Amino acid sequence: MNTHARSMPADAAGATVSPQTVSAQLGALAAEHRANTLRGGPDERGRFGIFGGRFVAETLMPLILELDQAYEAAKKDHAFRAELDFYLKDYVGRPSPLWHAKRLSAELGGAKVYFKREELNHTGSHKLNNVMGQILLARRMGRTRIIAETGAGQHGVATATVCALLGLKCVVYMGATDVARQSPNVFRMRLLGAEVHAVETGAGTLKDAMNEAMRDWVANVADTYYLIGTVAGPHPYPAMVRDFQCVIGEEARAQLQDAEGRLPDAVVAAVGGGSNAMGIFHPFLDEPDVALIGVEAAGRGLDSGEQAASISRGRPGVLHGNRTYLLQDDEGQIQEAHSISAGLDYPGIGPEHSWLHDIGRAQYVGITDDEALDAFQLCTRTEGIIPALECAHALAYVAKIAPAMDPERIILMNLSGRGDKDIFTVAERLGVKL
Amino acid sequence: MSRIAARFAALEREGRGALIPYLEAGDPDMETAAAILDGMPEAGADLIEIGVPFTDPMADGPIIQAAARRGLKGGATLGRTLEMVARFRERDDHTPIVLMGYLNPIDSYGPERFCADAARAGVDGLIIVDLPSEEADLIEAHSAANAIDIIRLVAPTTADDRLPLVLRNASGFIYYVSITGVTGTRTASESDLAAALPRLRARTDLPVAIGFGIRTPDQAASAVRIADGAVVASALIETLAGTLDADGRAGPDTVRRVLDQVRTIANGVRSARTRTETPAEATESPA
Repeated sequence: MNTHARSMPADAAGATVSPQTVSAQLGALAAEHRANTLRGGPDERGRFGIFGGRFVAETLMPLILELDQAYEAAKKDHAFRAELDFYLKDYVGRPSPLWHAKRLSAELGGAKVYFKREELNHTGSHKLNNVMGQILLARRMGRTRIIAETGAGQHGVATATVCALLGLKCVVYMGATDVARQSPNVFRMRLLGAEVHAVETGAGTLKDAMNEAMRDWVANVADTYYLIGTVAGPHPYPAMVRDFQCVIGEEARAQLQDAEGRLPDAVVAAVGGGSNAMGIFHPFLDEPDVALIGVEAAGRGLDSGEQAASISRGRPGVLHGNRTYLLQDDEGQIQEAHSISAGLDYPGIGPEHSWLHDIGRAQYVGITDDEALDAFQLCTRTEGIIPALECAHALAYVAKIAPAMDPERIILMNLSGRGDKDIFTVAERLGVKL
Repeated sequence: MSRIAARFAALEREGRGALIPYLEAGDPDMETAAAILDGMPEAGADLIEIGVPFTDPMADGPIIQAAARRGLKGGATLGRTLEMVARFRERDDHTPIVLMGYLNPIDSYGPERFCADAARAGVDGLIIVDLPSEEADLIEAHSAANAIDIIRLVAPTTADDRLPLVLRNASGFIYYVSITGVTGTRTASESDLAAALPRLRARTDLPVAIGFGIRTPDQAASAVRIADGAVVASALIETLAGTLDADGRAGPDTVRRVLDQVRTIANGVRSARTRTETPAEATESPA
């Protein structure tokens, strides 16, 4: 019987010569198509260049393959798309407005700055776009228990919200440090009926929350769906989360076309794992005249040793199921990230960003805690919008480049979340007792 | 014949299964870990699994997570782990050593250089937790060139139609992860194990070791009645942790207590009845 088992691959290969030829031809056609676009990734192994992949324990591998199939099927199903569109419109509140930040632009004295107002979505960030898509997929797959990791709590709140809406059990893992600095979001999640577990290991931030979520998943494979909140993790998560977030860039592109009759000159977004950035970048990938700029958290300075700039200060490695740029030491041990923003406090980045960096299609820059704090206040004072500390990083970079640009130039920035959750952190940094 | 194949063949002739105890490199310091390693064969270890600490051990429960933290604090790196194995090899050239860990430290070291250095140090096999068959081409050419076995993991979630892929190019032995969960948490029932093993036996003639959740001599005995080996990890780490002082330093009886427990479990394994239905070809296969 063992001889038989061994000979199976050879038999299979022999029997499928003809389909293989066909599939090779189809593959060549697909590759030719992909060659004309940067939007065709990942490949069949879930890779963007050398990045991505499926680096998970064998226990999880069958689940990830099942998820891949279920997602591919859902994508082709008009009923799924229609259901998602319905929730995006009437529950999330899409489309989100495109806002010409005139006072801010005038204050900076240069390029016209437009905000894509993702902070106006239900739950106050772009996170709900992805959660809505994945939760409908989870329900389609018959899963009844949803787990999620969260940093700032925005993804956790979005997940808890939709679980409440659909009557699903929700468990959120959050680093103990983040539980302390994002207490309003922890309370919101609990009000929404979620169990919130504070993870004490490591620095008690997003990385540790993700480790613990994966441990939960491996122990509860039968009924549990792991709802990853960013464009990272094993394939198909980076592609799937990107697809669900692309609505940001698609809407913004059309809205800017209506307002200005043209494409932006630059698109700027903050990058932690990178879902809000990927969502707004992707529809512009094939427009070579549109500069794409991801803003990483430089913490106390890019060379301070306390930062979260995986691309600027990391090197490729494997963590949480994918190959990507990571903050790591010479031995391949993962280093702790630091950022004032809990949502950016992660030592890795989505693999597609790593690829966009390597091929030079997107540029990644760093903004420090202090610069983000200044931008947070600038936005609040000039536009009457309190931004999340995450996207305050993007704004700080906009404030750096806009003054030197011609007034006819357009910068599109993703205002990915609102900053109510951050007022305690900001007050503390400004020396104000609440 | 590799050390792993030779050891399983010898045990097959003896009519018993293998005890595979685990230690974490550098836990709580490199010297103590080396002393535990050196004492293991005499205490009854048939093969030895050495955990290489990683900052983010996603498949491990709290006990081995803590061991990894202590190991990193104790200065364990891949390089120092290989040095420890090389020193062990100076006095024991027969007991197979398998390193278990996560991909990134190996990836960072460079898979090609790592396989060469590991073989030179006397490492026989690698278990890389987050390297499924789909990604194994990253290391397979280098491990094969250096006669190092990449030990494949099979889980309860691995369906029959996936087994041919997982077992393709498998060598050494098969590690059956007996529960869906992290290390050191739950224990599989004997009936679950008895049901799982025939699935594997039908598709490979490599020896099968069972890991995750084996804590007592009785559990180890029942595992080797069903399979060819039992991996015991968290129970030994827990014993070690219990001997450390408030600052996490080794106590005077740390090494002895761990080795005594290995001895007790080894007695359980050796008293277990041998498998009755041994296929004749099984003893020849691991060549």
